[in-house]
Amino acid sequence: MTMNEVVIKTEKLTKKFGGFVAVNEISFEVHKGEIFGFLGANGAGKTTAMKMLIGISRPSSGSASIAGFDVYKQTEMIKKNIGYMSQKFSLYEDLTIEENIRLFGGIYGLTDEEIKLKSGVLIDKLNLRNEARKVVASLPLGWKQKLAFSIAVLHQPKIVFLDEPTGGVDPVTRRQFWDMIYEAAHNGITVFVTTHYMDEAEYCDRVSIMVDGVITALDSPQNLKERYGADTMEEVFVMLARSAKRGE
Amino acid sequence: MKQLLTFIRKEFHHILRDKRTMLVLLGLPIVQLLIFGFAVTNETRNSSIAILDNAKDETTQNITARMENSRYFDIDRTLNGNRQIEDAFKTGKIKLAVVFQQNFQNELAHGNKAQIQLIADATDPNQATTLVNYASSIIMDHQNELNRENNLPYTINTEMRMLYNPELKGAYTSVPGVMGMILLLISTMMTSISIVREKELGTMEILLVSPMKPLLVILSKAIPYFIVSLINVATILILSVLVLGMPIQGSVFLLIAVTVLYLLCALSLGLLISTVTSSQLAAMLISLLGLMLPVVMLSGYAFPIANMPVLLQIISNIIPAKWYIIMVKSVMIKGLGLEGVWMEALIILAMTLFFLVISLKRFKVRL
Repeated sequence: MTMNEVVIKTEKLTKKFGGFVAVNEISFEVHKGEIFGFLGANGAGKTTAMKMLIGISRPSSGSASIAGFDVYKQTEMIKKNIGYMSQKFSLYEDLTIEENIRLFGGIYGLTDEEIKLKSGVLIDKLNLRNEARKVVASLPLGWKQKLAFSIAVLHQPKIVFLDEPTGGVDPVTRRQFWDMIYEAAHNGITVFVTTHYMDEAEYCDRVSIMVDGVITALDSPQNLKERYGADTMEEVFVMLARSAKRGE
Repeated sequence: MKQLLTFIRKEFHHILRDKRTMLVLLGLPIVQLLIFGFAVTNETRNSSIAILDNAKDETTQNITARMENSRYFDIDRTLNGNRQIEDAFKTGKIKLAVVFQQNFQNELAHGNKAQIQLIADATDPNQATTLVNYASSIIMDHQNELNRENNLPYTINTEMRMLYNPELKGAYTSVPGVMGMILLLISTMMTSISIVREKELGTMEILLVSPMKPLLVILSKAIPYFIVSLINVATILILSVLVLGMPIQGSVFLLIAVTVLYLLCALSLGLLISTVTSSQLAAMLISLLGLMLPVVMLSGYAFPIANMPVLLQIISNIIPAKWYIIMVKSVMIKGLGLEGVWMEALIILAMTLFFLVISLKRFKVRL
């Protein structure tokens, strides 16, 4: 796993809504194959920042490049090279597993043969052979989330953005979910993930913590704990987030 | 192109899987058409009437026989004096009483003038008017025959002529009305709901992050409902020709062309609604209350526009259904060609462009 190639680079990236500065001059880099945890309390500006990175919200100022493409001018190219899974469940509940795979494969421009091949592999890997023709609504939440992640990386994106992917999922399934994240990272897919679970923050290669629209800390979990003299990431987070002035 | 097809297939999955909605989509037009075509109609058949014949001569018996033979009337009873008239109405069964004056034939032969009194139960004024009209036209027929036979100018010269719909067939107003209402409702409401549903569920975000162009998303939403609406158009037309016996006088091609134009207008209106709302419920309420009521009330379908207060007459102009209904009547009933409907077609085209421009502008802002 090479860490030198930069796949996300932002410089003084800012988003204002009228007089309110939601994201205030954030600058950071993420390397290829890295698992990057993007932490922050509710209302800290995480989601707004993420929306700028994935090309659905135009920055007010600053610059950012995603997989080598500019967030102002090349959003179409960015969209082709990333995967995205949102905190709301991101599959169609009234379609079957197979139909969801076929739909998203088609949207990302895979050929019919590729889709057929990949959906077979995916369904076997998730042990869903018996459920493949059932509608997604009938699956337990944990399975849905694992399926949604698999579909988000179906087209082999350079970066996958996960917005609180494990919300409401039991610890065992969360563990399995993270195994899938590791596997994707091992295959060279960069993982950019937001979460509220601090045990998950420990799994990341590096984390950033946002407070009031500003990145106040950015390092590996180990270094952060040492710097703030804390035993867990939870302590680090509470220490930093307590200084927040913005409420929810 | 493949993206589009994949996405259209997905929309069909949504529609086909939701059996209840599909039943409503395809069943509603049939039910509406049959209800408005048969049950709710101005056409009255086999109404019970009473005859009070004070003359009992050949002419009055001829007229009575004519009424008996017409499919509009059933002679329920014959009365023997003015006193019984009110009693007959009080039973609630009699809708119309026909009273012949004494010495009817003599008066007619010597004074060239005779009188028949038509008394109708006006608790339902529409029905009363209709019945009186039917009865007068039967009497008029008889009188005309007498005049022809005798070459004598026997009395009155009232002329009754119902242009295009001599029998006042209910279907003639209900078919264009139902088409105007149902197509607008289904295309507009279903398109807006299906777009807003993606927003509500959060899947719209996934689509915006994907390389799928927003325009394609919208297009693939509109196409399935366009097809469903075309199926409805076919059902309505087949039903109205075969079951309601309503002819298509003009060109079927022109009728379909103006319908397609109207569908496009409805779809773009649905798109506009979807850009200003963010919940399915709101989209449905706007479609139902904001469209259904004005369409029923102001399109000229239920109430004649000419009888409305001036303000409402002006407002009725911005309702697409009004112009569409005029076009359907012109083509279907009057048999006019393009020269008879081009103005209405242009108005609907202008409305469509207006809705499209605004909604595309608004959609961009939301990205």
